[in-house]
Amino acid sequence: MTEPAFSLSGITKSFGGVRALVRGELELFAGEVTALVGENGAGKSTLVKIMTGVYQADSGEIRLNGQPVHIGSAAAANRLGISAIHQEPVVFDDLSVAENIFIAARPRRHGVVDWAQMYRRAAGILAELDPGIDPRMLARDLGVAQKHLIQIARALSNEARIVIMDEPTAALSHREVEELFQIVQRLKREGRAILFITHKFEEIFALADRYAVFRDGAAVGSGLVCETDRSSLISMMVGRTVDQVFPKQDVPIGAPLLQVEALSRGEEFADVSFTLNGGEILGVYGLIGAGRSEVMQAIFGLHRPDSGRIALRGEMLNIRSPGEAIAKGIAYLPEDRQSQGGILRASIGENIVLPCLSGISHRGFVNRRDEQALARRFIGELQIKTSSAGQLLEELSGGNQQKVIIAKWLATNPQVMIMDEPTKGIDIGAKTAVYRLMGELVSKGLGIIMVSSELPEIMGMADRILVMRRGRLRACFSRAEATPERIVAAAADA
Amino acid sequence: MLKSFFLRAPAVTGLSLLIIALLLSVSIAFPPFLDPVNLKSAFDDTALLMMMAVGEMFVLLTRSVDLSVAANAALTGMVVALFNAKHPGAGILPVLLISLVMGSALGAVNGLLVWKLRIPSIVVTLGTLSVFRGLVYIISGGAWVNSGQMSHAFLNLVRLPLLGINLLSWAGVLIAILAFLFLRYSLTGRNLYAAGNNPEAAAYAGIDVGRLQCVAFMLSGAIAGLSGYFWVARFGVAYTDVASGFELQVIAACVIGGVSISGGAGGVVGVILGALFLGIIKNALPVVGISPFFQLLISGLVITVAVALNSGTQRKTHGRHILESKKVTP
Amino acid sequence: MSKALSSSYTPGPPIAWKKILLKWETLLGLAVIADFGLNTYLSPYFLNPWTLSDASFNFTEQAIVALPMALLIIAGEIDISVGSTIALCSVAMGLAAKAGFATPWLVGLGIFTGFLAGCFNGFLVTRLRVPSIVATIGTLTLFRGIAYALVGNGVLKSYQPDFAYFGQGYVIGPVSFEVTLFALLALAFAVALHKSVIGRRIFAIGANPVASRLSGIPVERYKFWIFALLGATAGLASILLTSRLGSTRPSIATGWELSIITMVILGGVSINGGQGSILGVVLAALFIGLVTFGLSLLNFPGIVLGIVTGTLLIGVVAISSALGQSGRRRRS
Repeated sequence: MTEPAFSLSGITKSFGGVRALVRGELELFAGEVTALVGENGAGKSTLVKIMTGVYQADSGEIRLNGQPVHIGSAAAANRLGISAIHQEPVVFDDLSVAENIFIAARPRRHGVVDWAQMYRRAAGILAELDPGIDPRMLARDLGVAQKHLIQIARALSNEARIVIMDEPTAALSHREVEELFQIVQRLKREGRAILFITHKFEEIFALADRYAVFRDGAAVGSGLVCETDRSSLISMMVGRTVDQVFPKQDVPIGAPLLQVEALSRGEEFADVSFTLNGGEILGVYGLIGAGRSEVMQAIFGLHRPDSGRIALRGEMLNIRSPGEAIAKGIAYLPEDRQSQGGILRASIGENIVLPCLSGISHRGFVNRRDEQALARRFIGELQIKTSSAGQLLEELSGGNQQKVIIAKWLATNPQVMIMDEPTKGIDIGAKTAVYRLMGELVSKGLGIIMVSSELPEIMGMADRILVMRRGRLRACFSRAEATPERIVAAAADA
Repeated sequence: MLKSFFLRAPAVTGLSLLIIALLLSVSIAFPPFLDPVNLKSAFDDTALLMMMAVGEMFVLLTRSVDLSVAANAALTGMVVALFNAKHPGAGILPVLLISLVMGSALGAVNGLLVWKLRIPSIVVTLGTLSVFRGLVYIISGGAWVNSGQMSHAFLNLVRLPLLGINLLSWAGVLIAILAFLFLRYSLTGRNLYAAGNNPEAAAYAGIDVGRLQCVAFMLSGAIAGLSGYFWVARFGVAYTDVASGFELQVIAACVIGGVSISGGAGGVVGVILGALFLGIIKNALPVVGISPFFQLLISGLVITVAVALNSGTQRKTHGRHILESKKVTP
Repeated sequence: MSKALSSSYTPGPPIAWKKILLKWETLLGLAVIADFGLNTYLSPYFLNPWTLSDASFNFTEQAIVALPMALLIIAGEIDISVGSTIALCSVAMGLAAKAGFATPWLVGLGIFTGFLAGCFNGFLVTRLRVPSIVATIGTLTLFRGIAYALVGNGVLKSYQPDFAYFGQGYVIGPVSFEVTLFALLALAFAVALHKSVIGRRIFAIGANPVASRLSGIPVERYKFWIFALLGATAGLASILLTSRLGSTRPSIATGWELSIITMVILGGVSINGGQGSILGVVLAALFIGLVTFGLSLLNFPGIVLGIVTGTLLIGVVAISSALGQSGRRRRS
């Protein structure tokens, strides 16, 4: 067996007590594509950031061509010939395409930037990728797919030996994916080692030579793609049977609660119609960029839909702001707990009462006793692990932070709870607690919309599953009908 | 090439047309405006504004702002004036050297505070602005240094006529050309754009954003220091309130010239036009017969409209953010 | 990175760095006492109630504007046009006085002009989404420019004798009207910021505007009205200042924005928003006032005070930023 071009062993990384990587193991070989698969939160992006010098590992060893290396910074990663194509295109909008490509190594002559050479070389590289892109154009004027191409061109330009592609196909059309595959094949032939991160199994079998599976921050399996199949990859990724983890309660489904009809907004989503019933958990699945969050934010009044109707218990709603949505009994648990959900520097109590301040105030003044009582009640009910309601949110673990933010919405007495990726980035124990809480809520007659990118979670918790793709609803499965294959097929581009 | 440049920078094109229209209408309606003496003085005024605006642009490109440029000029100007009064025979070279070194040292104070302690640049320069002004008072004892105490070389360098305009105007042109070349052809210059355009991506590309901010402040400081000497020599007097409030005109020239306050966009050409625009208005007002007290009003109007438009176009082109969240740099 | 939404409501276990900053007001209080002692030492007349009363005039007007400025900075915005707003209001009053309007009209006009100026700033920031620092650099020039355009280098001084009361009058004994007004306003702002729902929301907006918006708080509307309130309060300060000086020049209150913002930051309000207290701002105002007075006892002119306030401004933010960073490092 040949020596790996790049290897990581025993990598660990924690953020404020949350362990993102427990046992990072990975080997990349020259001239081969290694597919990295795993659920969200499995530690893939942390691993990529360690490989590209953005983060430093707490412990473990990195070897390049057998030699131990230290990747202390992004610049160091560039020097070592490690290049990454990030999921979100990392480009400079106000710089030309050519300069974007050569950002880390602009061609120079006599010490000054040689623009003629830069444009010429950029044109050369672009000719193979997309001849339609003029190297003198500003990156601002490119589409998302083209911005990805810039990053690929960057990897091509600096002779990177290690190329990391973090879900490069997420935002690409079918044709663009085909072209990308051609490029990957070429990189492979040139003897580069490629790490290809993807959620799509077809891509693994079409492209990859090897696979590596991560789960809960640890490498759980690796090997040759030709020696495995889809179902064994899935079982490695999930690693547990669905019923064990998801404490799904049987709750009778009640009357229609929230009815959404033909909701459309610009290019984000179109003609979205569905009904949420009382006591129901409605799962909404889709890939990143499918328009799920945008629909939910429109229902919550953050952005006005262009057309369509929303009704709650048969009453037509005309919601213009989150405040009005809250008053009508709609709650929205946003995807990003820390930047959108809560106020890290505020106490648990202050976070919980924020949306319902007027309910615990008298003539405009906050009633501290009511505030304390409310906070204590939820700390008890949700079993938030804290010393007191005065503790700052930032001092809690991710799972407990999420419980506080759920408590904040429960304090508004909602009828409909929209939860956007409710278990993103929290550990297994906390996830189970959140699931159990969801069960309790629907048993009291609430309706929950759960937006999630995690298949096991959607299948384990939802009564019905809506699948979105490119801004439209593509399928609706009952609990009995839903299989991973059917859901993934509906979500992926045909 | 030139055509594509103008197509790509509609603001620059619009501004050039506006300036030409302004110049034409003023010259036709009020021929005295074209009087060589008046034009020379207009050029000199504009040159001072232009060079300081170019310095400010370096800072703005990196998503910072330097409010201390005018105070820096006053302090450095006072130091060189005092030096000249004490050593009139030392010639002009030490004066130029002191102004550059001292200016960049004052800029480095700003830059280091922004870089190493991560204090918002607005706070740093608001603070140093008043510290520098206070220091001018302390070193001068509140007294004026007037032209009688300045040597001939000190005073006459800026007035040296060269091809019809004064050396001061040429200095402005030279600084603008150097800045243009620096921003276009040096790695540091290019990285200033990258750092301000997308600091996160810049970090991915191995660019040290904080260090570049510091460099920008030093450049801005050096130019401000040099302008301090020019200012004092041109008006033949150094005192505590030299160029008081001028920082706002400097920033205005940048903003009018299309330099983005949120960093990473703008160019020397735009800044020159922005400075010309303000300079022409300033010098045309007395000729047209409008009270000079209207000048501030017009500057204010222009700045306010320009920043409102500038941010409006940026909002459109930057695309829609799901939630306009304030990015907190870690 | 200090205390959370309010200063007193933290019964949880304190953390070392948080504790340090919780004591910021204590530190300021000590500084005030120390400077008080120093001034007493410098001048035998300092402890005379009338001297103290005189000393209060040089900072009270700025301190009054610092109160709403604290609200604005806590909410995550800034306004550097307040000095120009004061000048604009003064010019408006001066012109009205020249036209023969009685004092009550002038008072209303002064506050209303400031209110309009504040609304304009608020409009630029919340509607046109111009960053507040940029918008108010523009209006700083604009408002001052209007003042100059209206008056030139003239002086407006046709004020009725009764107008002098606001800046020169005394309520009881040596207690001036200005100081009384400041004390009442400080109390009102403290109660509003630290006890009311509105105050709670202002803190939340500054700490995390996105989460606040998602929690149903009309973030932009709040910001707009704080700008308007700040403008109106600048109008009020303009009445006091104009009345004290007895005349209006367009150059009035030049550079005040710096002293006012310094008071706010020195008072422990975070420039990044989300934290601060009115008590801190009041103590910082007292401190700056006393230092100014001490310097004048030593015959230093006002411009030298700039060195002190400028250094304080940077030093305070540097200290809190250094502390905040070490706190964050420990965490991740």
